Formats: sequence, structure tokens, C-alpha cells
Amino acid sequence: MLRVEDLVVHYRTRAGTVQAVDGVSFSLGKGRTLAVLGESGCGKSSLGRGLLRLLPRNVKTYSGSIFIGDLDTMALGNHRYRRDVRWQRLALVPQAAMNTLNPVLKVGYQVAEPLLVHRQVNHKSEAFKKVSGLFSLLGLSSDFLNRYAFELSGGMRQRVAIAMALIADPDVVILDEPTSALDLLTQANIMNVLKQIKKDMGMTFIFITHDVGTASELADDVAVMYAGEIVELARAGDFYTNPRHPYSEKLMASVPTLREEKELQFIAGQPPSLINPPVGCRFAARCHKRLPQCAEQEPPMVNVDRGSQVKCWLYQQSDALIGGGENEERRSSFGA
Amino acid sequence: MRNGVLLSVRDLHTWFEMRRLGFFHVGYVRAVDGVSFDLRRGECLAIVGESGCGKSTLIRTILALETPSKGEVIFENRLVSGIEPRHIKWYRSQVGYVQQDPYAALPPFMTIRQILDEPLRINGIPSKREREWRIKQALTEMKLTPVEDFLHKFPHMLSGGQQQRVVLARARILNPKLLVADEPISMLDASVRVEVLQLLRRTQEELDLAAIYVTHDLSTVRHFSERIFVMYGAQVVEQATTSELLEHPSHPYTQALLDAIAEPDAENARRMRVVPAGDPPSLLRPPPGCRFFERCPHAMEGLCENEEPPDFVLSRFHRVKCWLYQDEKVLSADERAEKEIS
Repeated sequence: MLRVEDLVVHYRTRAGTVQAVDGVSFSLGKGRTLAVLGESGCGKSSLGRGLLRLLPRNVKTYSGSIFIGDLDTMALGNHRYRRDVRWQRLALVPQAAMNTLNPVLKVGYQVAEPLLVHRQVNHKSEAFKKVSGLFSLLGLSSDFLNRYAFELSGGMRQRVAIAMALIADPDVVILDEPTSALDLLTQANIMNVLKQIKKDMGMTFIFITHDVGTASELADDVAVMYAGEIVELARAGDFYTNPRHPYSEKLMASVPTLREEKELQFIAGQPPSLINPPVGCRFAARCHKRLPQCAEQEPPMVNVDRGSQVKCWLYQQSDALIGGGENEERRSSFGA
Repeated sequence: MRNGVLLSVRDLHTWFEMRRLGFFHVGYVRAVDGVSFDLRRGECLAIVGESGCGKSTLIRTILALETPSKGEVIFENRLVSGIEPRHIKWYRSQVGYVQQDPYAALPPFMTIRQILDEPLRINGIPSKREREWRIKQALTEMKLTPVEDFLHKFPHMLSGGQQQRVVLARARILNPKLLVADEPISMLDASVRVEVLQLLRRTQEELDLAAIYVTHDLSTVRHFSERIFVMYGAQVVEQATTSELLEHPSHPYTQALLDAIAEPDAENARRMRVVPAGDPPSLLRPPPGCRFFERCPHAMEGLCENEEPPDFVLSRFHRVKCWLYQDEKVLSADERAEKEIS
């Protein structure tokens, strides 16, 4: 459904070039959800905006390839991209989306607007019919159509923002921290709504968040970002039971849990500057399993078992072993 | 006053008057509506609740930053609420306050040295050498080392975690007896949260401070406090020891809150959560009965909506404001005090 190869988003600033997204590649099947996990400043929001080509003016480099189905979106000009891709194929629920609604337009019209702009419907009444159908799916009553944003609570506004992203039937919806400004109960409600949509509509999501717990609510796959790069890409089941990258390991160990008794850990130090990132592994300075080559050579993305990929030297040698072992296992099972 | 009690909050109400066009009285927003508790020396208390439940107003009233409409705050047998600010300067030096947003809490035009020096100067430590020594000691304690690197920096030059540690250093530099932390880690990244939380805990333990830790995140409470209050609609709806609350949550709101927490577990994606619909009640016109009535799955027709539940006592430290437990014994204020003494 979505294939991203070597996406690069660099910004020009007075202090130098900020390498916010630096060579990110992943692919995502239809109906699946990829959770992009990372701390503030790791480039996860730039990744989301980069996918939609919603970039600020100080972009220096924007390269790589993004395929939606067979469509190579990077080959399209800005005009065609806007007409054919943005919102029709890819849509975004921006960060703090509930505060991005236009205060002087009724929410019903705001949600219907993409349909009218993209001429997916011929008449306004048709658009509103579609909007009210979507509203009921999201648990919004249809008399909200004629309300203004300030008349709705935070959770309701967030649902409206989600409706805006879904209205034009996009192939992939990017959710940038969809619940982080909301209360716990409202958060759980919104996650329920998203799960329902995922199940009923078979929607494909990219779920950008810093919250390891919330990510598990929706994720089929998990990508962990650190300093502009994806350092681990794995299936959610594998990631939550056995994080591979030392950063993921520490990140998981730092999450306080309710019932389980565990010693909480933290990662000493800070992420590197993205203006002048270190030459070797970007996590090397904070890593507890550092090897001699880590500071000098950038680790490759290594395939580990069951489709996991880890950008770490630790898995370089063992890669061959695990791979070989698994092949043999597979062969024997075929033999049997 | 009984021995060992540092802070005593008695039937505290903080209401804000609402006026239309700045003149016509509309009513009161009841931000804190009848909260009482005692905090002993060295004891830790966590207050959990969602935004708008009044938890921040409660601690602002305790800090004497708001004037209560009714009730009193007593610190070391002296009344501190409703008194003119210049008369309670002594109180400010006894209480350390850790704010939620470290960047907003630190003045941007002052260096770290100036920020930490100010409370010492105001509270009368004339010797420059002693002030210098205490600043360095506080920074070392908060692991902001080498100290010389930090003294001349401005807040914006530090990371979020470091800023919060400066706030923490400032809160403890006068050796207070009470530490109040309002969501101290909610603005920080996951990997540094634990570090700040542990520093907070260590400061509290080493100096034997009483502490009030306010948060919306139940999962961090266990690592900080043995006693917990759950607030909803300006009232404390359940209080218990942390382990008891986690094992036997009794108020339907607490149960919903615990159930809504997403633990990192891939199984989450396969199940829907049961979440009460609706929003918290308006504090301008709170419902006459239980404030959780409209969202409660166990609401009893006729009773819950009309009559406010009192605190029912489940065990020594466990009280719950819910009619479901009306068969449990209700203690009057006197009996309660007696029980506590024994």
C-alpha cells in the first residue's frame, strides 16, 4: 500500500542544516497500522509532514521515494500532488488537531470541504449526507454539523478532526499524536473509535506518538525513531515482548507500568544534535552495549528473524547465525 | 493539633465568582468543594485526577496562592490561608514548589546561579560564601555536574530534563518541610521522566520531606507515594493506600480510570476498552447528587442523582464517596478522628 524509500527531510537554519529525517525507509500493507515511536525532536512529526509534502519554507533537501500503490508521488509536480494525492490518497490528523479547526466555520462544512474541493460529489447536500454518515460512525451526533468548534469539548473536536481526515476516503491516514492533549478517559474513547474504524473500514494508519503504551493500542508494526533515523522496525508482538535495539530496550524499561513490579530505568544523556550528528551510530554515546566500532561506523539496517530490522552493530554477526538457523529450521519443517 | 501533623486541610472550598460583562453575578465555579486531610512529616500523598477536576486549584490554595472561600489550611499549627501575602513569607520558605512546565517556571533572563541565589537572598542568608556553597550543593544533588558548566547558563540552553532539575534544585534549596509537585514530569520525554521522578523521590526521602505529588498519570504514582487521593468534579471521591487502590479500586470512576490506562502490550490492539461516555460535570452548576452519576455504569435511579454520597469507610485508610458502599459503616467526623488517634 505505502512504500517509503530513503526519505530525507533536511531544514536550513542559521546554525546549519538540521537533518530531521535522514534516510527513512519502510513499507506498510493495507489495513495495517505502523506506530512511529520516538521522543521529542527525533523527527517523527517531520516524517509525517514529509510524507504529505506539507513542508515549511526552509526545507533544504527533500528526497527519496514514496509509492502509494503503484503511484510514485515524488514524480508528481506540486499542483498534481495537491489535486491527486493529498487528502485523496494520504490524509493527516495534525498534532493538537482539535485546536486547528476554523473557529468561524461550522464543523459540518469544514469536514465537507475536501469533498467539494476535490469534486468527489456534485452537490453540497450530498457532501453533508456523507459527513453525517461519518459523524455517526465516529460517535458524533448529526446535529453537531451545524455547530462551531468552540461549542464542542476537546474529545468531540478531536473526532471532528479525525472525520476531516477520513472524509475523502484516503488510502492512508497519518495520525500525529492524536490523543496526547486529551484526558485519560477521552483518550481511551478516541482510541476505541480509531480501532473501530480500522476494523470496519480496513483503514491503514501511520500512528505517530511518543507514548509507548498508547502506541500498543493500535499498532501492528512498530518503528522506533532516534535522531532522524528508524533504528528498529518490528511487528508489535515482537517489539513489546522483546525490543532489540538498545535504545528500544531502555525506552521500554523507562515506562512505568501499573501492576507489574519493575525497576524503572532511564537513559543518561541527551539525543545528539541533528545539525551535526555523530558519524557512527547516533545512539552510541548513551548506549550501554557499545562496541568499539559504534562511534566510528554507522551501523547497517540488519534483518533479524521474523521481519524485524535493527540498525545496530550488535546484530551484525549474529544475523548470519540466526538467519542460517532459521533457514535450517524451515528446511526441516518442509522436509517433515 | 495532634502530633506529627505538618499540614492540615480542613473542609477546603475554593470557589471562583463568575460575572457576566464583569458585573452581573452568574454563580461560582466550584474548583475545590470540600476537601479535608492531614499530612504528617515525611509523608507522601499523591493526588490523581483529570484536567479540570480542581487538583491544581487545590494545591494553589494549599500554597496560599489562592484564597479559599471556606475552610482553612494549617501548617505547623499556624493558619496560612486567607492571610495577606507579606505576613506569610515564612511559609513560602517552608514549602518547595515544583511546577509543571519547567521552561515557563524559570525566568528566561536569569542565569541558573541567579535563579538559585534569589530565594537564598530573599530569605536572609547574607554570607555570599554560604549561598555559593548551597547553590553548588543543590546542583550536585540534582546531578547537574560539573556545576561550573551550569552556573552561567540561561534556562533555554538546557534540555527539558535539566530545566526540571533546576526547578527541583530551587524548590529544595531552602530546606523546606513540604514539597509540592504539580505534574512534574508530564512535559518531559519518557526516557528522562524516570530520572526526574527518582531525583524527586530521593530528595523527599533524604530530607524527610512531606510531599504532595499531583498527576493525571496513575502508573507513575506507585513509584512515588504510598497514599493516593482520586479527585473528580472538585471532590476527593476515593482515598486509599496506593497498593490497595490499584488492587481494589472501589469508586466506579477510579475503576474506569484504571481500565483506561494503556499498558505497553501488543494485545491492546485486539480489544476495545470499556469507557464511560460523556464529560465531567460543569463545576458552575454541579449536579446535586453524586458528580459521577451521569457517566456511572452502576448509577442507582433516584438515589445517586439526588443525594450526595458521604465518605464510606472500607478499611482503615480506604474511603470512598459512592452509594454502592452504603452498607459499610459511615463514620461521623468525631468518630473518624477517634479512629485515627487509636
